[in-house]
Amino acid sequence: MNEVLARGADRKHDDDALPEKDGADAQSHENAPAHQSKRHDSAHLHVAGRAPYTDDLPEPPGTLHAYLGLSTIANGRIESIDLEAVRAQPDVEAVITADDLGHNDASAWQIGDEPFLTSGKVGFLGQPVFMVVATSRNAARRACRHAKIAYAEDTPILDVDQAREAGGRTVIDGMTLERGDADAALANAPRTLSGTMLIGGQDHFYLEGQIAFAVPGEDGTMIVYSSTQHPSETQMLVAHALHRPAAMVTLEVRRMGGAFGGKESQANLFAALAAFAADRLGAPVKIRPDRDDDMVATGKRHDFRADYEIGFDDEGGIHGVKFTYAARCGFSADLSGPVTDRALFHCDNTYYWPAVKAVSQPLFTNTVSNTAFRGFGGPQGMVGAERVIEEVAFATGLDPLEVRRRNFYGEGERNLTPYHQTVEDFVLPRIVDELLESSDYEARRQAIRQTNRDANGFKRRGIALTPVKFGISFTASHLNQAGALVHIYTDGSIHLNHGGTEMGQGLNTKVAQVVAAVFGVPLEQVRITATSTGKVPNTSATAASSGADLNGMAAKLAAETIRQRLVDFAVAEHGVPAEQVVFRDGQVQIGNREVGFAELVEEAYTARISLSSTGYYRTPKIHWDRASGRGHPFYYFAYGAAVSEVEIDTLTGEYTVERVDILHETGNSLNPAIDIGQIEGGFAQGMGWLTTEELVWDEKGRLLTHAPSTYKIPLASDMPRQFNVALAEWSRAHEPTVFRSKAVGEPPFMLAISVLHALSDAVASVADYTICPRLDAPATPEHILMTIERLRADSKTAN
Amino acid sequence: MTANAPDPSDSALPPPIRRTMRFLLNDRPVFLDRVAPDDTLLDFLRIEKRLTGTKEGCAEGDCGACTVLLGTLDAQGRLHYRSANACIVLMGMIDGAHIVTVEHLSPRGGPLHPIQQAMVDHHGSQCGFCTPGFVMSLYGLLMRQPTPDRLAVERALQGNLCRCTGYAPIVRAALSVAALSGTDDPVLAERPTVTKRLAEWRDGSRLEVSGHEAASGNAEPGGATILPSDVPYEGDVSESEGASDNRILRPASVADLARLFEDNPAGRIVAGATDVGLWVTKFMRDVGPLIPIGHLDELRGVEESDGALRIGANVSYTDALDALAERIPAFAPLLWRIGGNQIRNMGTIGGNIANGSPIGDMPPPLIALGAMLHLRKGDARRDLPLEDFFIEYGKQDRWDGEFVEALSVPLPSPDAKIAFHKISKRRDEDITACLGAFHLMLTDDGTVDTIRIAYGGMAGVPKRASAVEKALIGRPWTEDAVESALAAFEEDFTPLSDMRASADYRMLVARNLLRRFFADTQDDPIQTEAAQ
Repeated sequence: MNEVLARGADRKHDDDALPEKDGADAQSHENAPAHQSKRHDSAHLHVAGRAPYTDDLPEPPGTLHAYLGLSTIANGRIESIDLEAVRAQPDVEAVITADDLGHNDASAWQIGDEPFLTSGKVGFLGQPVFMVVATSRNAARRACRHAKIAYAEDTPILDVDQAREAGGRTVIDGMTLERGDADAALANAPRTLSGTMLIGGQDHFYLEGQIAFAVPGEDGTMIVYSSTQHPSETQMLVAHALHRPAAMVTLEVRRMGGAFGGKESQANLFAALAAFAADRLGAPVKIRPDRDDDMVATGKRHDFRADYEIGFDDEGGIHGVKFTYAARCGFSADLSGPVTDRALFHCDNTYYWPAVKAVSQPLFTNTVSNTAFRGFGGPQGMVGAERVIEEVAFATGLDPLEVRRRNFYGEGERNLTPYHQTVEDFVLPRIVDELLESSDYEARRQAIRQTNRDANGFKRRGIALTPVKFGISFTASHLNQAGALVHIYTDGSIHLNHGGTEMGQGLNTKVAQVVAAVFGVPLEQVRITATSTGKVPNTSATAASSGADLNGMAAKLAAETIRQRLVDFAVAEHGVPAEQVVFRDGQVQIGNREVGFAELVEEAYTARISLSSTGYYRTPKIHWDRASGRGHPFYYFAYGAAVSEVEIDTLTGEYTVERVDILHETGNSLNPAIDIGQIEGGFAQGMGWLTTEELVWDEKGRLLTHAPSTYKIPLASDMPRQFNVALAEWSRAHEPTVFRSKAVGEPPFMLAISVLHALSDAVASVADYTICPRLDAPATPEHILMTIERLRADSKTAN
Repeated sequence: MTANAPDPSDSALPPPIRRTMRFLLNDRPVFLDRVAPDDTLLDFLRIEKRLTGTKEGCAEGDCGACTVLLGTLDAQGRLHYRSANACIVLMGMIDGAHIVTVEHLSPRGGPLHPIQQAMVDHHGSQCGFCTPGFVMSLYGLLMRQPTPDRLAVERALQGNLCRCTGYAPIVRAALSVAALSGTDDPVLAERPTVTKRLAEWRDGSRLEVSGHEAASGNAEPGGATILPSDVPYEGDVSESEGASDNRILRPASVADLARLFEDNPAGRIVAGATDVGLWVTKFMRDVGPLIPIGHLDELRGVEESDGALRIGANVSYTDALDALAERIPAFAPLLWRIGGNQIRNMGTIGGNIANGSPIGDMPPPLIALGAMLHLRKGDARRDLPLEDFFIEYGKQDRWDGEFVEALSVPLPSPDAKIAFHKISKRRDEDITACLGAFHLMLTDDGTVDTIRIAYGGMAGVPKRASAVEKALIGRPWTEDAVESALAAFEEDFTPLSDMRASADYRMLVARNLLRRFFADTQDDPIQTEAAQ
């Protein structure tokens, strides 16, 4: 049996311990096959190399390939573009510039600050300038290099500090969250301190890069296969590029090879340009940038500078906090508004700030336009909150955990967030208590302190517990809606379609489990089909951890509509009360009679009952007013906590993550195995963000870390030597979500903050825990060693 | 080798020339008359053969999504499989080999291979894009080591990136697979047939093929796509010399190589192509005429004589783990940190030296040990100390038409204290920020008799820390002596700042590595960096 699940089974709630595979005991569970650890619906295809991604689809004869030519300066204007030599290259069919796009360019779309192709102003180094279409990708790519572009170059604004010096231009208005009088709280607090934290960005490093494949249809229609998290928006952009109604464009996504937010808006350009070229040339066109160009030309996680002022007392009680979160947004707004908003929404993490003022600065820079990435600003906000806790802990000499607990949100009091939403479901204390016990935190911490004090070698250990509270819902309330489409065929097989996209997170499996549960049929009876704008329209991006909450509920409603028709039919046909019609184990119990599901379906068809339905869901209860900074933006919160232990080498700054214990809640999990996969994977990605993943630009604005040779995501050997992950099996969603499950996509990412704090704890040992290390992120070995040197110098000065 | 094939190494005459390339792809032979120097195996699989299970993730040999197995016969005619990154395997390199892709592991619609089934059972795939590469790397591992432990699994997966799972379920899957057997394993079952076929193809001929007529134009510098920033650091990638020559010249023997390269000094010798492969995929450089040498067993030997190990230029890092690390154990932890498994299987010691990189991982240790380089041009041979080979950044003491044939590493005294320490942002599969190699001999009274210290990443070439050495020689090997020698680093090095490390960090960590070496010599006479 799977180690993780075996551990889960050891826990208290044996009745909820779920079989790894389809078990005979499945029927004993309510809502089976939901809540079971079903394998990913494509797992058998993944492992065999038979799961087609966009680049694997058969190419019709005549398929052409496009490649983008990118700007080589970060700031300035294009003075002239000479593409004659490009056109003259072998196998080149067309060269397309902004002039060809005309008003079909995205500069005429929405706020219009991000063209598909630029012909004038250059906003960052790597900005698309032209596109070559050729008979092979290799030919198109090679031809790009023959462009002659003259620029008038200006000095680029590359980071937050330069942006502030240059006047602090923003790409969109910042936001302020305010509750109480933070200035007064700071003025009256027994003690105050202030500081700054730098928080690095992150490349998505989805294994499948950006790609789109546009195939023209009859009469000006277009079907585009795109690796996009947001098919409906991509469809609109394609329609815009073609200057045609959206109804003439179909977007289809079967699966993505990873996305993590990097294909929420970044896929649009590739799809739109492929479609434009396909339409212009009357041939299928595929576009796929090389990894290096992908990393240079598409947006990343925002890096932040967080400035904070804290008022507190000697007991570790925090009286008031002021934050400024300044983000490097890049040359256009993209999603920077909501991303920086979400940073502010998480500047409290799990803590009640009695008085708080938090301000965001979404700054314009001459860098690639930063975008969505798992957590969407939340992680950066939360890292700032945890730094505040750490500062107070060092200032008071208390265990950071003690400071954390002292400032946790309360039950029924001290429970108002900086955005005036009441925290109603604060299950964190139970999680922390259970985790402290299972991880043996106290004893290990004492032992580590002792060992570090006695150590005469170069190794030091550190340990930290950090909690997570993450708000679930799109903060743009209107996006919290979803649709689904369910058909039953007369043989009883079920066709499922919904507006969410599959990027590896197991969404399709979970939604299929929900539908199978509604009909009481085995999961295999539900066939999941590719996401298509032709089946479910006007969808929201699969983002904000909302995929299963929204689409699962929509699919459930669609299935329930059909089931109700079947019940009504059975009631009419057999004269039994509705409650005596029960769907279970592929059978339908109708009074004393039992018929096969397929049999009932066939009978219903013959009786002319519709066996197809849409389902539509919108999240209740939420509202948000950005201008006033008040509302109820989140339907609920997801919670978890992690204890990490690390060992650092004080000679080199190298480190290992020795042990990590995680307890995380996902409500009544729709699929424990998938949820544990999200937790393990999210943690790993978060750990990479805070440790080895470092984005470096040179003074010209050129990204130097644009490939896996220079940009280092975690490897198997970087994972904790001991990694204990458990679901809080007692957890049930406070709100009526789909089968009381909770979202899991983003929250576990932030469990990795415990690694940063464990590293900081180890670093602090070199100054006998008297100085807050103020370890910034990412904590590369270099960063660790330089922080150690600084602490040593400071403690000498202090002595 | 078949009985009637001529022995190519002794032949003074040019070997017979073959103009059709041939290899096995899964269960089928492939014959090609037209192959260009820059044709990659990955493009061939995906575009020509529509074998799309092998994925392109990075096109530079770092992510492992394109992992395939490469089966070749050794000098004794035994068949070995090793994992390789198809993205940077050039087609010219696979003549006479057996290529195994993920599609070969399980029949369409049939049962999954045990490794594949374990991945399914343990929820080892999420998005699935990296998954075929993981399956192939694990397959390669299980062929060598039927019941690997966690360390072995992690090492086998150093060259495979997964962004979804956090690896935990993949490691669990790998540890759960039972030893392979011929009944459920196609490659085991086919082994005799494949061995026979590959042996028949060993005909002692030279392969000469070339690409299609429509030669790719030479890329001009300053074009509009972004060049990787590693250009100045990862090897000499200046403009292509002359017109493109799209021939592949695969020598029949070392003698034939010497002849070919002397006649075609602009030719590009590749063994594993772990560096040159990127010239193709990232810089679109012409690499013709391409001279693949990876198949030359004569260059793969490791022999001990006169107190030295002579290591053929074709010895891969994987080979060196046996051959070199067995005699000089300090090499083992370093070798395990070079590239991923696929790169270690393909990359060679000779290539790591010949490409002249200032951050190659082998030169500093080899310099510290006093290695000699054996160069050959035609029939002329010369030897030179390895440290003299590196003249300045991008410039080596190698004549036109001359190639690295082997190097000799004097076996250190059993009393020598030796350590090689590599610093990188990520522990495994990362390029060095700073590498220190130390080789110390003390007199009986604890005085430094000789010490050789060499660093990588600290200058334009791998470089001796001569001033530091001088400050230590003749002094007692004490903490005081080490501390006072640290000042001499300023004389030896003025490192650069780049995306891997700042100059300050490089300088600090270089000094600290000497401190580390000193500390380690105090408690453990034989240097072994704690195995991870």
